[in-house]
Amino acid sequence: MEYKLLTKHYDKKEYRTLKGYLQYDGYSTLKKALKVEPKKIVQMVKDSGLRGRGGAGFPTGVKWGFLPDNNEPRYLLCNADEGEPGTFKDRMMMEKAPHQLIEGMLISAWAIESHKSYIYIRGEYTDSIQIIEQAIQEARTAGFIGDRICGSSFNHEMDIYIGAGAYICGEETGMISSIEGKKGFPKLKPPFPAVKGYLEKPTIVNNVETLAAVIPIIKEGPEKYKAIGTPRSTGTKIFSVSGNVLKPGNYEVPLGYPLMDMINNLCGGLRNRLKAVIPGGSSAPVLTAEECEKALLDYENLSDLGSMLGSGAIIVIDDSNCMVDILSVIMNFYHHESCGQCTPCREGTGWLDQIITNILKGKAQVQDLDLIQNISHNMMGKTICALADAAALPAISFVTKFKDEFIKNIQKQNRSSKKELQYA
Amino acid sequence: MPMFKLSQEGIHFIQQEMKRYETKLSAVIPALYRVQQENGGWVSSECVTYLSQLMKISESKIYEALTFYTLFNKKPVGPLHIQVCCNITCAMLGGRELLKKLKHHFSNKNSVCTFSAVECLGSCDTAPVIQINREPYIENANEEKAIEIIEKRSTSFIKNKEQ
Repeated sequence: MEYKLLTKHYDKKEYRTLKGYLQYDGYSTLKKALKVEPKKIVQMVKDSGLRGRGGAGFPTGVKWGFLPDNNEPRYLLCNADEGEPGTFKDRMMMEKAPHQLIEGMLISAWAIESHKSYIYIRGEYTDSIQIIEQAIQEARTAGFIGDRICGSSFNHEMDIYIGAGAYICGEETGMISSIEGKKGFPKLKPPFPAVKGYLEKPTIVNNVETLAAVIPIIKEGPEKYKAIGTPRSTGTKIFSVSGNVLKPGNYEVPLGYPLMDMINNLCGGLRNRLKAVIPGGSSAPVLTAEECEKALLDYENLSDLGSMLGSGAIIVIDDSNCMVDILSVIMNFYHHESCGQCTPCREGTGWLDQIITNILKGKAQVQDLDLIQNISHNMMGKTICALADAAALPAISFVTKFKDEFIKNIQKQNRSSKKELQYA
Repeated sequence: MPMFKLSQEGIHFIQQEMKRYETKLSAVIPALYRVQQENGGWVSSECVTYLSQLMKISESKIYEALTFYTLFNKKPVGPLHIQVCCNITCAMLGGRELLKKLKHHFSNKNSVCTFSAVECLGSCDTAPVIQINREPYIENANEEKAIEIIEKRSTSFIKNKEQ
């Protein structure tokens, strides 16, 4: 069953406007929050167990707690640079419920005592940009953004920043470099953005869905939020399901929901036989059909299965697809998107891309599969950000779990290329 | 080639952007968008020199952003830049074949279109997806539908130009 905490009013057109949002109790949680001490709100978010919905799954309240106790100005950055292939939940939220994001941001900003926030939206999302810009304007006119918000002592300004096409800017320090006007190079951590972020000032970067999830936590209390999901993966999560299912789309369910129920019940099942599922965006190791049977959609279970929840992008693959071909698409993507700053990633993604392409073109040997493993292991954990790992993990999982298919492809191709030689 | 110059509104826009964010440098990306828009869809080296003088930011800083981000075109493109998503879900559902067919269909008779593959556009539930310039997406695209829309757009573009 779906559990609609954040997506409840998506189908109501008026919900996109301030007037409509107010009809559904909009901004009432902000008013409530402004009467509570900021530190208490941070504690409530900690107690709720909310974890980052962008991909890493780091506890949000704990991240907020890393802010140094000083008088430096603090920034809140909303990560709306949704670039993980397969993910389309943030775009949907910005288009269908822009004020929900703004309210979540305002509550979070109050909690971390920030007076300035930016929403970093990817440049391709032209509709989202327009809708969010308009919503900010509406909220400002109504006194939810600006000085003395809702008659309180809280002042806050909000603006957007438009990205220009770079996957790496979805990484929080890459995003900070980008908003500073530079190329989107990730920065070495520590110092973490909470200590030294945007313009070297304390900065919190949170995903769109994470910030929106703060509303139900404050509205209903952390205990109620915590009761949803599993003990360590609390609350609901929006999953973007795409690929070979009959009803692709965004589905909000409690964490811990069975993957097969998602595919068969909510998404209408498949036409052909299930072959594999990528459960958390292109960076997540692939699951075989057999593994899918026992998979539950929460952080721990997917991690136990050797994969990850990531951004919640579920790509369903049926048996009409060639796994070598799909891996080639993924590797091509990472090769293109590696920022080039660290050698293991810049070179590694290039090599992986080339080897997989060679397998597809019939120019590979069986030993190349070991080479893929070798390169992948030499990329992981050796770079500034996680892009290298994001490329290596799917490579390892595809080649390990679908080894027969890769070998068959190499042998078949080798035979046919030999034939071509004979007749040439 | 005549020197590139922004319109008065363009200059005003960039001056505003330079005040909008905490640092002047943050205005480079919005400025590049504006220049690209006024220069027929791409950013030439003349544009960079012009922008550098207008913003009083070194050319190297502007090139840093220009060459890093894929939404800025470093070479001339047709007024209709047709980008077909070829990432995982779109590739599975025929995005790559669609791009090939469109390129083939418009190869001779149409010079206003430039075709390219693009990374995930975040609309995988309506794959395959096409974006023309920076407009709303063409969702659940197929050959027939895409050709019809692109032809319509091309004709209206040529008509507008003639007027």
